[in-house]
Amino acid sequence: MGVEGIGARVTRKEDRRFITGKGRYTDDIVLKDTTYGVFVRSPHAHAKILSIDTTAAKAAPGVIEILTGADLAGDRIGGLICGWMIHSRDGTPMKAGAHPAIAHERVRHVGDQVALVIAETKAQARDAAELVEVDYEILPAVVDPARAMDADAPLIHDVAPSNLIFDWVLGDEEATEAAFAKAAHVVELDIINNRLSPNPMEPRSAIGYYDEAEEHYDLYTTSQNPHVARLVLSAFVGIAPEHKLRVVAPDVGGGFGAKIYIYPEETACLWASKRIGGRPVKWTSDRTEAFLTDCHGRDHVTKAKLALAEDGTFLALRSDTIANIGAYMSTFSSATPTYLHGTLLSGQYVIPAIFTNVKAVYTNTTPVDAYRGAGRPEATYIVERLVETAARQLGMDPAELRRKNFIRQFPYQTPVILTYDAGDFEANLDKALAAVDYAGFPARKAEAKTRGKLRGIGFSSYIEACGIAPSQAVGSLGSGVGLWESAEVRVNPVGTVEILTGSHSHGQGHETTFAQLVNERLGIGLNNVQIVHGDTDKVQFGMGTYGSRSGAVGMSAIVKALDKVEAKAKKIAAHLMEASEADIVIEDGELKVAGTDKKLPFFQVALAAYTAHNLPAGMEPGLKESAFYDPTNFTYPAGTYICEVEVDPDTGKTEIVQFVAVDDFGRIINPMIVEGQVHGGLAQGIGQALMEGVSYDPESGQLLTGSYMDYCMPRADDVPSFKVDHVTTLCPGNPLGMKGCGEAGAIGSPPAVINAITDAIGNNNLSMPATPAKVWAAINAA
Amino acid sequence: MYQTTYHRPSTVQEAASLLASAEDVKLLAGGQTLIPTMKQRLAAPANLIDLGRIAELKGITVSGGTVTIGAGTTHAEVHTSADVKAAIPALAKLAGGIGDPHVRHLGTIGGSVANNDPAADYPSAVLGLGATVVTTKREIPADDFFAGMFTTALEEDEIIVRFVFPVPRKAAYAKFANPASRYAMTGVFVAVTGDGVRVAVTGAGSDGVFRWMDAEAALASDLSPSALDGLSLDPSGMLSDIHGDAAYRANLVKVMAKRALAALG
Ligand SMILES: Cc1cc2nc3c(=O)[nH]c(=O)nc-3n(C[C@H](O)[C@H](O)[C@H](O)COP(=O)(O)OP(=O)(O)OC[C@H]3O[C@@H](n4cnc5c(N)ncnc54)[C@H](O)[C@@H]3O)c2cc1C
Repeated sequence: MGVEGIGARVTRKEDRRFITGKGRYTDDIVLKDTTYGVFVRSPHAHAKILSIDTTAAKAAPGVIEILTGADLAGDRIGGLICGWMIHSRDGTPMKAGAHPAIAHERVRHVGDQVALVIAETKAQARDAAELVEVDYEILPAVVDPARAMDADAPLIHDVAPSNLIFDWVLGDEEATEAAFAKAAHVVELDIINNRLSPNPMEPRSAIGYYDEAEEHYDLYTTSQNPHVARLVLSAFVGIAPEHKLRVVAPDVGGGFGAKIYIYPEETACLWASKRIGGRPVKWTSDRTEAFLTDCHGRDHVTKAKLALAEDGTFLALRSDTIANIGAYMSTFSSATPTYLHGTLLSGQYVIPAIFTNVKAVYTNTTPVDAYRGAGRPEATYIVERLVETAARQLGMDPAELRRKNFIRQFPYQTPVILTYDAGDFEANLDKALAAVDYAGFPARKAEAKTRGKLRGIGFSSYIEACGIAPSQAVGSLGSGVGLWESAEVRVNPVGTVEILTGSHSHGQGHETTFAQLVNERLGIGLNNVQIVHGDTDKVQFGMGTYGSRSGAVGMSAIVKALDKVEAKAKKIAAHLMEASEADIVIEDGELKVAGTDKKLPFFQVALAAYTAHNLPAGMEPGLKESAFYDPTNFTYPAGTYICEVEVDPDTGKTEIVQFVAVDDFGRIINPMIVEGQVHGGLAQGIGQALMEGVSYDPESGQLLTGSYMDYCMPRADDVPSFKVDHVTTLCPGNPLGMKGCGEAGAIGSPPAVINAITDAIGNNNLSMPATPAKVWAAINAA
Repeated sequence: MYQTTYHRPSTVQEAASLLASAEDVKLLAGGQTLIPTMKQRLAAPANLIDLGRIAELKGITVSGGTVTIGAGTTHAEVHTSADVKAAIPALAKLAGGIGDPHVRHLGTIGGSVANNDPAADYPSAVLGLGATVVTTKREIPADDFFAGMFTTALEEDEIIVRFVFPVPRKAAYAKFANPASRYAMTGVFVAVTGDGVRVAVTGAGSDGVFRWMDAEAALASDLSPSALDGLSLDPSGMLSDIHGDAAYRANLVKVMAKRALAALG
């Protein structure tokens, strides 16, 4: 591997910039003649807009323009789209209501944008926004997904009767029910997967700029996938054709999914810039707006059951879920509760029959879309809570019940579409059991009891499907786009390298890991490699970063382009050294003729490619190659997490005293970065399990958790020091054997935590977030 | 934030006359409550009087069985004061448990007590120790000072100058922090003084800080935690919100009171 190659613990190149405050985020960019936009937002969860009076606001100091949904409709700007088509069990397509960038005639959630005020300064825009008079007729609201289909629930979009967007099924219902009918044991659970607010540290921001002379638009935005933004804004919203629209996502301070989507504010700023004659329009969210308008995650209500034979062999699993989509369908909102969720219900186990039904509903809440894990945490929670509950019900050891049912043969075709390619689930479990000292648990529990504490242990053996590709597969499941990745390797005449990648780094450390890959191949040192991303004018195309895909898919595209660069470099070197191409090897920054002492430094070969004075006959000058990579399968990271807790029965407070995570991510490029990803994911998963939960007032639909005073983010002292380890089975589906590590922590941890607490308190009836108050109530109800 | 006019008096006298003469005015101490409220445009005073540069409002002195703390003394100063630690260690500990280091280095005891947030820590110490609130106009006993959530006996043109805390025989503070805000979900301050036992509760009551009289009576003859075993609080007087319902808070008051008693030593 070398000190800076694959597998090396290299410190992150980008951190110097971030730590010294030199990062360049969207809000740091100030274009000439910038104007500032502030949105007037709905204070009501559901209302008719009777009238909007902007007279006083327009007269306020510094105001340039005030735009409303009527203006937007008048200019025929298209609405936002949901890019993944789902069909209901009866074959009908999902019922997506209109999603205008500024609400027109009706508002559907608190925070829905009603008007855009543009002024010379942000303070002036804020002052004027308060003067916009909107006359609302308040309508009844529904926020609880379980109530959205009630006969008396208000209708949110006329196209979706009963607020039902789709009624989707996967698996064999008949076989599943037949298995339940003759099962020796049936385990049932009611599950709420709590709604979460992603909270990236950098709030969303957008700058729209229309160049009148060129009839060209620039959008600077906080996006995880700028090319997809350009595609949607061109093809569907109709801002401008793609060659007339540049999208730049510079440094982005965390996304967690919430910056995948194409948001209304981006459309509004682009369109507004043209409306005001080409001055840039900048909008930056404040934290309150972020709580109100950044897409939320999860929010499922589920009934689930598992059928087992007398000896504990799994026979069938069924889940029936209502998924809250919120007030509008966000860009990938339909994929999350369906193909990213139902397909994972086999977990790590042989389960012969599986059936799931997901009803997606509109409510008067912030739109819900993918959030770290996206559908897979919800699936894992169902499976792993059922398995743990089954072990308790059957009086079996939860580790051994899992072991008994693990899949051992690969490839393994599950009953829910996926084909798992590789893994060693038992090795993960055994390593985790050893790390946690499972044998010593009874003694630790007894000791805790002498201190008045309830100690419990909980397991979670998760699997996820990552990469969110191949394109053909996702296309057949309804994706509107292909999900390959592209890369370009540009070798400069001096032998330094620029990698242009369609992946987007917003905390993942691509500038380091991608450079490690180049160094592994060319041996030119990390400082001679520059990673370029996030600009549609620079990078040929890209599908962006989410679904733990930058390694398995993004780096694979770089490998393919590097293959081409190496092949050409070898041809040139062979020609220059009068050797056979087949004998050239690349090592330590040199091209060598194997078995001889002949060699050329890489930079001389690069220079030769550009001077072109002496190239093989017919060869084009230059050394720059690009590639597109589309995998043949998803990747399947998997692992076992074990959580050990102590609960204070007097207060209900849970302390995590031990947390072991053993993951199989395939090939690891940089163990330090991977551990960081796992730590962050675990913190988010523990946050979901113990503290985080978006809460709305059931009557008024007001957001009750609109600041950190009420929305409980985990802090450093809320999480333990993690024990992280790995098992490695290489992914056979991509050249580096990588599986992805970005989401595992958030997927695997919630059920481990809840399994541990319910074990400690002896009451299995506990929902997330397991706050002290809830745990105390559960203890006293037991 | 809206436009506001900023005043920086250097004496209490000057501050008091500004306060009396200016329209639509607010005192600014550490700004840890007021500034966020102004940023969210929930408060919009036309005039701000910054008390931060007034030397008379700062400092801690111990004499004759009392600890006197200037209203402008920061939480960090109280927390780290050797005098407070020696005389009323529970008070130093309480101050060290407020917010985070940033908040503790700016926020002041005067601002906290004047604000009387139902979940703030300091009101329980002021009430529990039976302190005296000295203002520009008078001396107010703690029992007469707190008047329900975010409400105090302070008049519009009155400034808290200092607090006089009688040194107790023993005292302890036990806080159960709200998981999100880390303010007190329930905080119980127990003080044993020459006149008996005082138990003040913050975070839990729907009228803000209060004295738990039943507990004080039970503890008069027996200072052990088990003296509270037979007691319970009526949840109808407790706060109820997304973090915990009234029954939970009623339970916490008893649990935290016992923990404070156990910590009395
Ligand atoms: C992140 C965060 C966490 C916090 N956590 C806690 C916590 O755990 N526990 C807790 O108790 N508090 C907490 N606080 C509140 C903190 O203690 C504040 O410092 C305190 O409530 C207000 O004090 P201040 O000096 O900042 O007052 P300011 O914000 O400046 O003023 C508050 C109010 O008091 C008035 N005022 C100020 N001084 C005087 C005076 N001398 N006379 C009369 N009126 C006056 C002001 O006019 C204003 O109305 C937290 C605050 C933050 C921001």
